[in-house]
Amino acid sequence: MYSQGLIGADGATEETEEFLAKFQARIDREEKIEPNDAMPNGYRKTLVRQIGQHAHSEIVGMLPEGNWITRAPSLRRKAALLAKVQDEGGHGLYLYSAAETLGVTREQMTEELLSGKAKYSSIFNYPTPTWADIGTIGWLVDGAAIMNQIPLCRCSYGPYARAMIRVCKEESFHQRQGYEILISLCNGTEEQKQMAQDSINRWWWPSLMMFGPHDAESSHSEQSMKWKIKRFSNDELRQKFIDATVPQAEYLGLTVPDPELKWNPEKNGGKGGYDHGEIDWDEFWRVVKGHGKMNRDRIKDRKKAWDDGAWVREAALAHAEKRAARQTQHAAE
Amino acid sequence: MSNETPLWEVFIRPRNGLSHKHCGSLHAADEVLALQAARDTYTRRGEGVSIWVVPSKAIFASDPDQAAENFEPGVDKVYRHPTFYDIPEEVGHM
Ligand SMILES: [Fe+2]
Ligand SMILES: [Fe+2]
Ligand SMILES: [Fe+2]
Repeated sequence: MYSQGLIGADGATEETEEFLAKFQARIDREEKIEPNDAMPNGYRKTLVRQIGQHAHSEIVGMLPEGNWITRAPSLRRKAALLAKVQDEGGHGLYLYSAAETLGVTREQMTEELLSGKAKYSSIFNYPTPTWADIGTIGWLVDGAAIMNQIPLCRCSYGPYARAMIRVCKEESFHQRQGYEILISLCNGTEEQKQMAQDSINRWWWPSLMMFGPHDAESSHSEQSMKWKIKRFSNDELRQKFIDATVPQAEYLGLTVPDPELKWNPEKNGGKGGYDHGEIDWDEFWRVVKGHGKMNRDRIKDRKKAWDDGAWVREAALAHAEKRAARQTQHAAE
Repeated sequence: MSNETPLWEVFIRPRNGLSHKHCGSLHAADEVLALQAARDTYTRRGEGVSIWVVPSKAIFASDPDQAAENFEPGVDKVYRHPTFYDIPEEVGHM
């Protein structure tokens, strides 16, 4: 029987019409593609980029919230926030591991994040000046992430799909703990309610941008849908998110900062949905290109964490080498 | 002693899309023979669509005597579960 290593197998394929058609037929049969399967180079590249970006987002996403752990207003809130941020670190790990099955190394991905070559979600380049932001992030940002991630559980690439199932399971408390924070604030003093409203005013539009550019402007979308890496278009997911979220804002007695928001009974094939105002795509691209409020700080913090951790990684490797040498010596005696 | 045939752990993917799951072990001289033996032993009745074999000596296990200190801390952290948070029913599923 022919055997092959799991990581680092030669993924080069000759992309004949016949090969591509056969691959597409597997996708159309809803078969999962696994690391050792033959796959088009474009499929591999798209996944490496997407899973890498997703992993970076989880890790960078720990920064704006981690910033509040020591200042959480109660032990209950502190335990919840600590647990959430810890989960996000785990999500980063599952995703990096899924990307590694495609032949990219962790070192490569880390380097690309720190050099600015690899992107992460634009949402994490906004600051978190108030405690209400922790509530809003859980509710809106994790809410948008969940909306994105649920269809990814059915992604055609096996390791990514399985990582997403795990992530989604853990993710469900993140949104609830955020919304609970907002309920408390909205039941509090006028000042606390104002703090919640101000926070939604700042996070609403950036959350809608998390779904990416309009379908017409989204360059890789069509091929990704055909390969069943994606199941819904950016605009479809954004619409679902708006329709689910607006009533939740109403329950809080808060408003979303969109004067053009209006219920439209004709939308969604007669089920009804919200029409909304135009997204400021200039802002989106500005932030994506590195000119958001926090881009520089985020990368600076990640770099510092990486550099400060260097001696620990080196020491652990040196220790492991020493132990291995001692064991060989032991065996020889 | 040194002529013992090495031990391998066998992992089978039961169906397309699922993870490999540990299903047993066997002795074989190298990975090629291990895969062959695993196929003949563990997949005779359609149990799987893919096999992994791993040298048993490459697997390190947690100490069973430390199970309590390792895993009990994960049991009482109720705030890691969605049901810990009070979301009124009117808000709907979240
Ligand atoms: Fe996450
Ligand atoms: Fe999350
Ligand atoms: Fe996520």
